[in-house]
Amino acid sequence: MSAVEVGAIAAGVGMLAGVAWLPPKATRVIGSIFGGALVFGVARGGLGVTGGVVAGALLAVLLARFGPNTVLRRVTFLLPSLLLLVFVTTLLMYHAPGSPFAGEKVATPQVEAALRAHFGIPKSAVEFFWIYVRRLVVDGSLGPSVKVQGRMVETLLRPALPVSIALGLLSLVLAAAFGLALGIRAGLKPNSAADYVATGLSAIGLSLPSFVIGAILIVIFSLKLGWLPVAGWGDLRHLVLPAVTLALPYAAYIARLARGGTIEVMSQDFIRTARAKGVPEAAVVLRHALKGAILPVVSYLGPAAAGIMTGSFVVETLFGIPGMGQWFVRGAINRDYSMVLGTALVYASLVTAFNLVVDLAYAWLDPRVRSDA
Amino acid sequence: MTTSTAPARAESPRARAWRRLRKNHLAGSGLVLVAGMALACFLLPSLLHLDPTTTHPALRHQAPSAAHWFGTDGLGRDYAARVLTGGQTSLLVGLVATLTCVVIGVFYGAVAGYYGGRVDEVMMRFVDFMYGVPYMFLVILIMLMFSESARGDPVPVFVALGLVEWLTMARVVRGQVLTLREREFVLAARLLGASDARVIARHIVPNVLGIVTVYATLTVPTVIILESFLSFLGLGLKLSWGQLVSEAVGVVNPVAVYWWLLAFPSFFLAVTLLCLNYVGDGLRDAVDPKGR
Repeated sequence: MSAVEVGAIAAGVGMLAGVAWLPPKATRVIGSIFGGALVFGVARGGLGVTGGVVAGALLAVLLARFGPNTVLRRVTFLLPSLLLLVFVTTLLMYHAPGSPFAGEKVATPQVEAALRAHFGIPKSAVEFFWIYVRRLVVDGSLGPSVKVQGRMVETLLRPALPVSIALGLLSLVLAAAFGLALGIRAGLKPNSAADYVATGLSAIGLSLPSFVIGAILIVIFSLKLGWLPVAGWGDLRHLVLPAVTLALPYAAYIARLARGGTIEVMSQDFIRTARAKGVPEAAVVLRHALKGAILPVVSYLGPAAAGIMTGSFVVETLFGIPGMGQWFVRGAINRDYSMVLGTALVYASLVTAFNLVVDLAYAWLDPRVRSDA
Repeated sequence: MTTSTAPARAESPRARAWRRLRKNHLAGSGLVLVAGMALACFLLPSLLHLDPTTTHPALRHQAPSAAHWFGTDGLGRDYAARVLTGGQTSLLVGLVATLTCVVIGVFYGAVAGYYGGRVDEVMMRFVDFMYGVPYMFLVILIMLMFSESARGDPVPVFVALGLVEWLTMARVVRGQVLTLREREFVLAARLLGASDARVIARHIVPNVLGIVTVYATLTVPTVIILESFLSFLGLGLKLSWGQLVSEAVGVVNPVAVYWWLLAFPSFFLAVTLLCLNYVGDGLRDAVDPKGR
């Protein structure tokens, strides 16, 4: 690594740390501006430049006026970390052996130079970073794909994104629903038969790789029973097996968290008080215990979302789903730099956006974290 | 372990943790099973002269029998040999990658927690940032740093997995060190003129080893599962449980069912992970009964 690259990484981390020291007022202003800029960047793809400006400005004003401090802090953290992500990814790709132009046909130096100029992939990682960021900011484009010639990365990813989001969201909902139901039921009666079934199921879910579970599900439901398609993409029936496969390990972990949370809440004094004053048991659980039981689960949803994204690489491959995971894996193996960066940016934005929602939900559920600046 | 001889002396935290662990039968049997599994994987192939690589074209896809306990695979190789040797690499990668992340995580977390303030802020911000990146993404990128010819070797896999999995360890260690550094014995060591490096190495790190053991035990199964994901994507090891399982998933078809190809490595993998998880949970309850 050259001195410039090391310096740039240090500057990036410094920028991240610097954001943390901003006083609350500055965080409000900068957070709103960053949030507006990000929404502009995302909305420009669908609404055009004017639409993007309107949406961005609207969000900036809303954030400055109503945004809670925790959320604004996260948003100020977002833009520098996306920049750092692009830079670190660029470095990793440039230092990996091979290049997007290494193929069976050995190109002459002149041809390679022309190709590099055409795709905006110079020999230096730092130069590439600047070209990439400038293109991202000025044109709002993720750059041309080297391997799928004549196509831009965003036009390739656009049809894949809804597929990945649909799969990811459905899995997350399934994981939360299954996990909570199983875990709370187990936690209400520890060491009962229901508890042993739930903990046993979740232990199995945690100790088999998802693709094995997926393969078993395919054998049972597609090959033996013929209820669901083996693989592919099209209607809702194609979504069932992949979503269940992807959700199971997380459902298992959520069940464990919910079980622990329920056991702890049920031993609290306010539960005894509620029972003593004659609240029916169902109401005790639903009105008083539920909130406490799901708190640890809510804080796990952020990491779970990141994990489901990761798992989707595997599940999309297993079921032949045309999502973003395949573009990333193919791009990484083919050294398609702009494709790797594009998928990385989209994945990271999805995960952070989801983390924001989780933060908001957590603040709403647990007033203790709401007040601090 | 006879604490009864000195009833007046308080039980040391380590002895107390050990006593609690001994009572946990689930964790105990888990430990025994994992140890047995490891012994089988490392000793049986050489004891029984099992050969995982020789192909027998006449014996393709044989169901389990007395000659081939676990059957044979699509190239007529003895599957028992492959499952056991694959277990060696899986366990080894799990162990080495975990050691890598223990070293990185303990060092990083101890430094961040011990110095605190701005150093801590900068270092933990970086950890936050790394958490936000889908880790499979980083693993694959780090794997690519190694040349094409190293594909299938254990070194790139455990480097990549170790470099990604240390985050939780660093967070846990840092949290512990933040409170440890305020304790009297640290102050005493510093008053005696011990350097920062010495305080960290001799006084701080030994005090976090308990919790580090817990998380290390829970990291091993995570690493083994991640390796199987890599194998599934064609980036993993040449021969491991993950690789065998993903190969078996690849030949699932409606015409002929080679159940033993999927069943045996999955069973070994699942039992190992299950036991390790129970051992880790047992250790956590023993070391830190309130932490959950």
